[in-house]
Amino acid sequence: MTAKSEEVTKTANGGLGDNGHTVAGAEPAAVATKETKNKVTIVVFSGEIDKVLAAFNIAVGAASMGKEVTLFFTFWGLNVLRKNNAKNTAKGWMKRMFGWMNKGGTEKLPLSKFHMAGAGTSMMKTLMRRHKMPSPEEMLILAKELGVKIVACTITMGIMGIEKSALRDEIDIHAGVITYLAEAEESSVNLFI
Amino acid sequence: MTGTTTADLTNISADETLDAYGLLCPMPIVMTAKIVKAMAVGQVLEVVATDEGIKEDMPAWCESTGNEYLGVREKDGEYRVFLKKSAAQ
Repeated sequence: MTAKSEEVTKTANGGLGDNGHTVAGAEPAAVATKETKNKVTIVVFSGEIDKVLAAFNIAVGAASMGKEVTLFFTFWGLNVLRKNNAKNTAKGWMKRMFGWMNKGGTEKLPLSKFHMAGAGTSMMKTLMRRHKMPSPEEMLILAKELGVKIVACTITMGIMGIEKSALRDEIDIHAGVITYLAEAEESSVNLFI
Repeated sequence: MTGTTTADLTNISADETLDAYGLLCPMPIVMTAKIVKAMAVGQVLEVVATDEGIKEDMPAWCESTGNEYLGVREKDGEYRVFLKKSAAQ
């Protein structure tokens, strides 16, 4: 049924997308749309621990509902995927200086509020542990285990001089915005965090 | 969402019990999904949790995944939630 209704959809709108609701293709199109729009896509733009945890919570929750989930890590969010205590291998003085200031790794993420030179973040981490809340590190492993697709943005890697070797093995693909958009088109939940 | 009344659940016997005591959302649901996967269709799971969110989250999860939500028993901030595996996952 799936293949057939998709075929009808393609014929109905000339294969241009799924917003061509012609009379002939109206009903099969509706069926096909419902079937394909079950994914969850989240752009993780932020690199702060609270926002990253929110993204991971939604991701593992959705995966537990049997949904296909993609996490697209870009800009500050890419810090989540940098190896903890990785060497600064950036080339060029600006990138290298940036690498020193912008520390990466799941252990290094600050709070978006009340970071207070690390004191606030440290207290929040203690509270989270006390409430048995998984850390970003544990969440990344869990998400991976549940089949969440981890995408690293290649643009950010280029700008910040972060090489593949400085990023974690959990990454499924290193890709660009088109990969994200293709996934987003098939998603019913699409967030930017 | 209203579940089954407490009376319906007093004599229920679960095939599996999941201890999600003290865990915050979404961990009880994540663990539920894992354990339900390994259960047989028709078996009953009891989840013991302290996060109040489970009262709403579990019926929603059941509806979304096609499992049957049986209800919740609540006592002193402890929630015992029951569900029956109805769909093959």
